[in-house]
Amino acid sequence: MSEPYVSVARLDGIAMITVRADLADKAVVKAVKTSTGMTVPATASALMDGDSGLGWMSPDELLVVCPETERAATVDGLTANLSKSHALVVDVSDARAVFELKGAAVRDVLAKLVPTDTHTDALPQNALRRTRFGQVAGAFWFQDATTVRIVCFRSVADYMHRMLDQSTAAGSEVFAT
Amino acid sequence: MLTLDCPYCGLAKDETELSYGGEAHLKRHGPGSSAAEMEEYLFTRENPKGLHFERWRCSAGCGKWFHAARCTVTMEVFGTYAAQTFEPPAEIKKAITAKRPGWTWRNFQ
Repeated sequence: MSEPYVSVARLDGIAMITVRADLADKAVVKAVKTSTGMTVPATASALMDGDSGLGWMSPDELLVVCPETERAATVDGLTANLSKSHALVVDVSDARAVFELKGAAVRDVLAKLVPTDTHTDALPQNALRRTRFGQVAGAFWFQDATTVRIVCFRSVADYMHRMLDQSTAAGSEVFAT
Repeated sequence: MLTLDCPYCGLAKDETELSYGGEAHLKRHGPGSSAAEMEEYLFTRENPKGLHFERWRCSAGCGKWFHAARCTVTMEVFGTYAAQTFEPPAEIKKAITAKRPGWTWRNFQ
């Protein structure tokens, strides 16, 4: 059997922390900056640097991504710095699964599964989109021009993995290369 | 396919990413209200052929509720706006008046 035209891998060792707080509040933005060293991204976008980064999930929800080794320290840091704000910090790593798609046709693969317009004009590289993949909720962002990371609930990770494998199978290319 | 702009995400979301939440701008009648008011709150709904105001939730996205003004005949969307409003904002009313002069919907016009 020939190789898939876009590679699919389930990643381990990436922690995810949810921060619920008013992202328009300057004190919250400052506390996040102090804790993670990163600026809260604009609406519907993500700021990612390797395995660390921040993602805008809603006007009052921030996704903090970090390597597994920094998980406890990040949660403690955010909790301490946000103690004076109306905020909630929860480690959701064990509830989620992360997949990475890599390949030149990565936007074509996304277009098969999500209702979002995946053309570069409509979806810039710094975008983070919460949408549905097939029948399950998920979110994705770009690591670089040809790499996409998808997060979904762990309970639907098996469905997601099979769907991604099927969508990237050799012979199922949207455009001939 | 119905496409609505989520006022919180600032993005066009299609029907399959949203959840329908019934009619907009219902006034909740609580304790002390009459049986007629309670009936009105629970059961009496508009079913217009034309302009309608609805509640929608960006369920596969940011999870926020919002309001939408649309036409049930042409599927034309006049605009979407925040859920924390008791009546359609002025710009939505203006957009509707431009397309449907003399419109009325319940107490709004």
